[in-house]
Amino acid sequence: MSTLEIKDLHVSIETEQGVKEILKGVTLTIKSGEIHAIMGPNGSGKSTLASTIAGHPRYNVTSGTITLDGVNVLDMAVDERARAGLFLAMQYPVEVPGVTMTNFLRTAKTAIDGEAPKLRTWAKDVRSAMEKLKIDADFANRNVNEGFSGGEKKRVEILQMELFKPKFAVLDETDSGLDIDALRVVSEGVNRAHAENDMGTLLITHYTRILNYITPQFVHVFVDGRVAEQGGPELADELEANGYDRFLAPVQA
Amino acid sequence: MTNPASAEQAEKVEGVEVGEARITIPGMSEEGENLATAHVETEHTHGGLGESTTKSKSGGSRADRTTSLSVADFDVPTGREEEWRFSPLKKLGRVLSDAATQTPVTLKLRKTPDGVTQESLAHAQSPRGTVFSAADRAAVVGYSQTEQADYIKVAADTELSDPLFIDITGEAAGHRANGHLVLEAGTHSKVVFVLEHRGSADANLNVEVIIRDGADVTVVSLQRWAEDAIHVGQQDAELGRDAKYKHVSVTLGGEVVRLNSNVRYAAEGAEASMYGLYFADAGQHLEHRSFVDHNSPRNTSNVLYKGALQGQDARTVWVGDVLIRKAAEGTDSYEKNQNLILTDGARADSIPNLEIETGLIEGAGHASSTGRFDENHLFYLMARGIPEKEARQLVVRGFLNEIIQAIGVESIEDSLHEDLEKELEMVGF
Repeated sequence: MSTLEIKDLHVSIETEQGVKEILKGVTLTIKSGEIHAIMGPNGSGKSTLASTIAGHPRYNVTSGTITLDGVNVLDMAVDERARAGLFLAMQYPVEVPGVTMTNFLRTAKTAIDGEAPKLRTWAKDVRSAMEKLKIDADFANRNVNEGFSGGEKKRVEILQMELFKPKFAVLDETDSGLDIDALRVVSEGVNRAHAENDMGTLLITHYTRILNYITPQFVHVFVDGRVAEQGGPELADELEANGYDRFLAPVQA
Repeated sequence: MTNPASAEQAEKVEGVEVGEARITIPGMSEEGENLATAHVETEHTHGGLGESTTKSKSGGSRADRTTSLSVADFDVPTGREEEWRFSPLKKLGRVLSDAATQTPVTLKLRKTPDGVTQESLAHAQSPRGTVFSAADRAAVVGYSQTEQADYIKVAADTELSDPLFIDITGEAAGHRANGHLVLEAGTHSKVVFVLEHRGSADANLNVEVIIRDGADVTVVSLQRWAEDAIHVGQQDAELGRDAKYKHVSVTLGGEVVRLNSNVRYAAEGAEASMYGLYFADAGQHLEHRSFVDHNSPRNTSNVLYKGALQGQDARTVWVGDVLIRKAAEGTDSYEKNQNLILTDGARADSIPNLEIETGLIEGAGHASSTGRFDENHLFYLMARGIPEKEARQLVVRGFLNEIIQAIGVESIEDSLHEDLEKELEMVGF
């Protein structure tokens, strides 16, 4: 059983206009096997939280802590965090030219497990994971994300999640740009990892659609860099019905 | 705000009538799509066999560059010319002189399958010089000093399943070697030519590629010379109707290499791709100039050159010219150069030039980047647990591999991977 604890996190970025604070004191705890949904209007800081957990260099933590089973995550380099069991399914996966999917997956798996996966079982695992996510077999020979459609990129993110078996997965708007079939297939992947590996999930989403397929125990509403409200799945229903209006400051006439 | 023009007070901007009825951009015709004829230079003609056009000063339109087969039309460069200002002229002096061959490079076709013939061609002997016209001093002296050109022809409708390997070996370092190679692919033929340059020489070697209608031709020029070789060359191709041409230049060896790769079209429907990969170490000067002349309509071109540099005074230059002439409606072209600087002290120059004379095209773009690693690539790989050092190794290899993947000949790809590994090991990659 693992615990990922975020306490009073303040995060800022450098912009042309100067330093801008995006997260203004986020507190959140997630345990193995739990599914948390993070919702909120655009600009509320949801993606910033995801990138900060993964350690993207663009984001500066000005105060607060993130610990994984008591160990300080903020002190760890990006690759150390992944090896410690954190996985980020990115919102905009980049293309990495000239590096094939097979090469990349094997290198990453070796890094995460600390040893190279057995060749024969690995090839089978990759093939079967690709089938379950309806990813064409020839994708293995393509360069990472090169020429992939938005939906294909997202499915490949989930493929990696299933192969690397993280303790905690942060899914940054994985549902955006997916059609119904892709949405269903991706959700099955998340539910599988949750059931088989007791994975904890931080599901960042703008729309409630994906919550028809992945049932959260906890829903957090982000507004202006903070958690404005927390609740169970019924909070998601309420948001679907009423939107984010009641969280937003009234417009001065 | 409307401004009705009366007969006497028509609104004018810079002498051109503007106003509601007639909006004209000075310099463009009414539709704004074609340069008004007054602004287009007179018909561009390239010198044919032995003919020459008037010399014009360099640095203007690429279309104005002199081309000719006559040495008298090209002065020895001073280094102030636009196309020579990056080049180490002292070292290149040996290949710019109008000098005969001291020790020739040996050219050997490894296999001669059915449908392939090999001959030699004297100066005015067709098809020598039908597609090639020298565009600079280096090319003209090399051409002029080559008595017998090698001529390798693939007959029409011949589809070769294996590449044609041509070994070009420099036999004596510091010895001048001039050469001219004519490659011809008959109509609807399919062939991959691999020119493997090894050994050492002061080599001035031109290549002329004649691609007949519907042919599918790849020319891979590998510069794997010894460390002290000098190599200048102009590699020209003309594409027939619906033809396909892929030119890949891989330059790893040589002390100074300066190559011009040019493409133009005889008709429509053709596709040209030009790829380049160069890896410069300390003291090397690797210069690649590409030129795509869209001289007829509805053809496409794509140019991608990539370079890595390591070591003090490693030096690379890429200049990519694309000219879309007024007649070349329906053109789709793109060119890009990317350079990865692996250590301090290295320098890459990258200059894309795009000249467009008609707006009725599918697309024309150019891009250039020179620098260190892309932070987003590194982040992506590290976020999957891959340590930073290994992530950089993957990114560098991936960067270079994109061009190797374009070659499509497995045996060469493996051998190039080995050479690149050796290069990268030198810098701890």
